[in-house]
Amino acid sequence: MRDVAVVSFAQSPCVPANRDDDMAEIVLPVLRDALDAAGLGRDDVDFFASGSHDFFEGRTFSYIESLDAVGAWPPISESHVEMDAAWAFAEAWAWLQLGEGEIALVYGIGRGSLPADLDQVLPAQLDPYLLAPLRPHRDALAGLQAAAMVDAGLTSERQLAEVVARCLAAATANPAAQTSGRPSVAELLAAPYVASPLRAHDVAPFGDAAAVVVLAAGPAARRLAERPAWVRGLDHRMDTHYPGARDLTRCDSAQLAGARAAELAGFAAADAEVAELHTEYSHQEALLVTALGLEKAQLNPSGGPLAGRPATATGLVRLGEAARRIMDGGAERAVAHATNGPALQHNLVCLLAGEPG
Amino acid sequence: MSTPLAVIGVGQSRQAKRREVTIGALVREAVDGALADAELGFADIDAVVLSKTPDLFDGVMNPELYLADAMGAVGLPVTRVFTGGSVGGHAAIFGAHLVTAGLARRVLVVAYSKESEGNFTWALSRALPFSAHLGAGAGGHFAPVIREYIRRSGAPEHIGWQVAVNHRRNAARNPYAHIRRAGITLDEVRDSPMLWDPIRYLESCPSSDGSCAVVITDAAHAAYAPNPPAWIHGLAWRTETGHFAGRDEVNPRAGRDCAADAYRQAGITDPAREVDVAELYIPYSWYEPIWLENIGLAEEHRGWRLVDAGRTAFDGDLPVNPSGGVLSGNPTGATGLLRFAEAALQVRGMAGEHQVAGARRAIGHAMGGASQFHALWVVGRERPEVAR
Repeated sequence: MRDVAVVSFAQSPCVPANRDDDMAEIVLPVLRDALDAAGLGRDDVDFFASGSHDFFEGRTFSYIESLDAVGAWPPISESHVEMDAAWAFAEAWAWLQLGEGEIALVYGIGRGSLPADLDQVLPAQLDPYLLAPLRPHRDALAGLQAAAMVDAGLTSERQLAEVVARCLAAATANPAAQTSGRPSVAELLAAPYVASPLRAHDVAPFGDAAAVVVLAAGPAARRLAERPAWVRGLDHRMDTHYPGARDLTRCDSAQLAGARAAELAGFAAADAEVAELHTEYSHQEALLVTALGLEKAQLNPSGGPLAGRPATATGLVRLGEAARRIMDGGAERAVAHATNGPALQHNLVCLLAGEPG
Repeated sequence: MSTPLAVIGVGQSRQAKRREVTIGALVREAVDGALADAELGFADIDAVVLSKTPDLFDGVMNPELYLADAMGAVGLPVTRVFTGGSVGGHAAIFGAHLVTAGLARRVLVVAYSKESEGNFTWALSRALPFSAHLGAGAGGHFAPVIREYIRRSGAPEHIGWQVAVNHRRNAARNPYAHIRRAGITLDEVRDSPMLWDPIRYLESCPSSDGSCAVVITDAAHAAYAPNPPAWIHGLAWRTETGHFAGRDEVNPRAGRDCAADAYRQAGITDPAREVDVAELYIPYSWYEPIWLENIGLAEEHRGWRLVDAGRTAFDGDLPVNPSGGVLSGNPTGATGLLRFAEAALQVRGMAGEHQVAGARRAIGHAMGGASQFHALWVVGRERPEVAR
């Protein structure tokens, strides 16, 4: 594999609802920040990849608007995934393997605040004939998964509250976090359920933000960053769609992606000092720790999605945050995880390190 | 490209209003077809790329989740690409990239739309900030561009009708096409209702349900393919911003750059002579001369003369859309991949009744958005001598 590294990462603060800016206006300043940090102009970028989803925007072709921030003129080499932008990161990393260019820019934009009622929107991810007509509300399947984990003794309501308390406390040091604080476990356990055993704070709060990552190959990476975060391994895997056909207390697709990423990386997630996990719900942390075999990693030092979930930018923020820990010298090895779909159906794992392989 | 790549499997569903099948079953028709063509099973596939136009068209969000089982994608990496109508082409190119990058040996590229389960023109007519809400759909966008082409080129009005006649007659040879009218005449097209001046009803694409799938692999694995492979000689994508002063949407630069890059890789210097057949993304008849000029198969302002001289008809020297093209079937998420797949079928000699005799090199082309997303590949019967 060609050595490829993250050389820059920027994000806008995750806010509950941005009603001042359109998609391009949210992306543009973040894109400038990321390029400026690497000393690059837009014309230096060889390939652009992005991730977003029309269902959050409530209209078709919404991603075209974000291209105005990219300034696709003269014409550019570009692609888009209608998914979390972590998958755009994967596409850009694959593109850099071709050897046709040195620098790729990945951006993710997510506006979770726009849908008037996410209970109407998120069931549209389900089988339209057999599952969507049941209209489970936005957190219902996650509640079933959390309940199954509690029943299996893999977590407890107290442990869920401890995860939330730790993440919100960590988020007090993260200026991009949407929410943060130092609630006590007892306070958290006193809150009402939204989908038993999950309480409102167990659910990552939807918000609006953009994230931008600049990737560079080999010598360019060394030129653009003092300490690039090398992408040593990346893989993603899909599980079956049907929750009734899955053991919801396991996450085989994350495990598989982690194993394959480790083969490429020459080290495993167990060796990582930092893990940024795309936990849309607090119970998913324990699930992912087991699936990825995390042993010593500090979990979601940014606060993670429980402190802010900008829809389709959330996974890319995990990649950026993990890379940032390496770029600032705080870690030698890091793992980032992203997910898409109900109850962790689709999972991406990326292993990053301070040295190329 | 370090290793030559090839298409070794092609599958597609019948295009129509397919109320009798689910989305999953519709997709599975193409997937099964592509795997049967390549004599492969799901265990032989390393990654899946899904192409689909806006999810609002048929109401399933992130359809790669629901379709994971139907595509045989459980346990595999799945990427859902979306770049407007060009998406099928983008998906094929990304699939090829995964093989070149060494991340997969065989990639299954899947594409579909099931527009009978939604309302395409409604979904395309959502109100935008600072824009007049016309509710005019795609035709309302493209009609003024076509008018400008006619003004610049001086093309006579019957060119659009002739393209419609050619494509609709071609579709009669394609059992998968949605609209098949063997005996259609110029008069019928001329007399059909005006939808968006100058676009008439019979010059417009339908809204279809349909699916397509292809298997892409490298030379080492193509050697085991039971049927002749289509070798990829060149592929490229380009994007340009859709709206800014001075942008030329009649002859967009992104389309020119895209084609030029693919021809360079393929070693093509005179595309009109070196290409035997082209499957182009022509949703309204006038886009045949427009794209012929844009991708260098005709000189600027002279593409319509190829149509007028019959050169792009089925028995002409540069047949365009022998499958019947987009005018004869438009499951938008699959439309781009169908163009790429039909080009592959031609050079494999597997296009059935719409096989162009002696097709050795073919173009598959897709475009999307406000003619701002472009994707193109050149495929050939011969394995490329020099890796691009």
